[in-house]
Amino acid sequence: MWFKKLLRKFDIMAECRRYDLGFWQCPNSLFIVMGFLIIIAMLITYWIGIHFVEPEVVIAIVSVVTIILLVIGHSLVGSFARIAEANRMKTEFVSIVSHQLRTPLSALKWSLNLLLGNRLGELNEKQEEYLNIINNSGSKMIKLVNDLLNVSRIDQKRLNVQPEQFSIEKAIEEIVKELSSLAKAHNVKIVFKDSKNLPEVCADSDKIKMVIQNLIDNAIKYSKKEGGTVEVSADRDRENKKMIRIRVKDNGVGIPSMVQKRIFGKFFRGENLVKQKVEGTGLGLFIAKGIINLSGGKIGFRSREGEGSTFWFTLPISKKAKNKKQ
Amino acid sequence: MSKKILFVEDEPSLQKAMKEVLVQEGFDILTADNGEEGIVQAKENKPDLILLDLILPKKDGFTVLEELKKGEDTKDIPVIVLTNLEGTGDVEKALSLGATTYLVKANYELDDILKTVKEQIK
Repeated sequence: MWFKKLLRKFDIMAECRRYDLGFWQCPNSLFIVMGFLIIIAMLITYWIGIHFVEPEVVIAIVSVVTIILLVIGHSLVGSFARIAEANRMKTEFVSIVSHQLRTPLSALKWSLNLLLGNRLGELNEKQEEYLNIINNSGSKMIKLVNDLLNVSRIDQKRLNVQPEQFSIEKAIEEIVKELSSLAKAHNVKIVFKDSKNLPEVCADSDKIKMVIQNLIDNAIKYSKKEGGTVEVSADRDRENKKMIRIRVKDNGVGIPSMVQKRIFGKFFRGENLVKQKVEGTGLGLFIAKGIINLSGGKIGFRSREGEGSTFWFTLPISKKAKNKKQ
Repeated sequence: MSKKILFVEDEPSLQKAMKEVLVQEGFDILTADNGEEGIVQAKENKPDLILLDLILPKKDGFTVLEELKKGEDTKDIPVIVLTNLEGTGDVEKALSLGATTYLVKANYELDDILKTVKEQIK
């Protein structure tokens, strides 16, 4: 069993296909060739060492072999660079396509704004219903494009955060209000435990709102069908007094331990979730992690399958806000 | 007298939709399809507000903004940047060149943009 696993690790053809590289550019095949060369070189050196004793000959052979190994090593590095370059190009491609998509999507949105705002004449009920369907689909596409742009920015390490001082409690209240209709539709209750008089935090408020919205949104979507509750709270962090800790707790399906490691990855969706058909791109938590890391905070979760999950993150307290209080 | 708004935008469908809503709200609207024309229009007609895209043929929006802010007779016209460009530094660059607001087209409803226009034109 373990032998098969080991063999699979060296499946060179699969690797070539995956990275779209030729056999001689594949890191694994180059490593294997290098290993064989070293073994052969040792055997030859050993044989020569026994039969001819002059050290010059041994050194000459070792030198030649070293040069060959250097050349192979060089192309190894080159193949890694090629893989990195391919990855960079993919990220750039996603970024360009997303930007391009925004123009037609804006035209769609504005035209629908005119129609649904009754600026082009009264609509009948059916027309309004269907235009609303188009509008919702359009909004989802815009959301996806924005998510993809954020992912490519995080990949390129070009995500921009503009820290400012703001009240995290107000931000949460705002989002809870916004999501109340979604919660109602899912039969879920949202409770915000306001701990009052928290100092203001220093972070990019728009992006942090995006993170909170995403966490609450997930909690609602993955909550129990009956009697689901989402609990949101903000407190001073117990471990680090200079931070505020925000928690979003649900009593929903929970995250299987098998997939817990991958949850902050790109396009992640829990396996049981595919069957349940939950909406979303699977990019939210990847973006959330990127934003929180850039804001100087930490993000994590605790979860047990069947019992629910608690997602949390921390944000630095604004230095100015602290001075004001003292 | 109704207020004049100049919309510099190369995408005809966006021009049309914006024109529709602004005319309905009682504004006079002028349009320009490229950067160069935008500057000419701004100088000739002295609008009360300019809505400016950044990706434009002939002269890009940043250059247009820079030239408008240098021009004696155009430097006081408020400029709202209305674009889908949102790269690193784009927002900061536009604001430092003198734009009053930066809005991403795909993320704003027409009514939100209208609200910002009314706030700026007072």
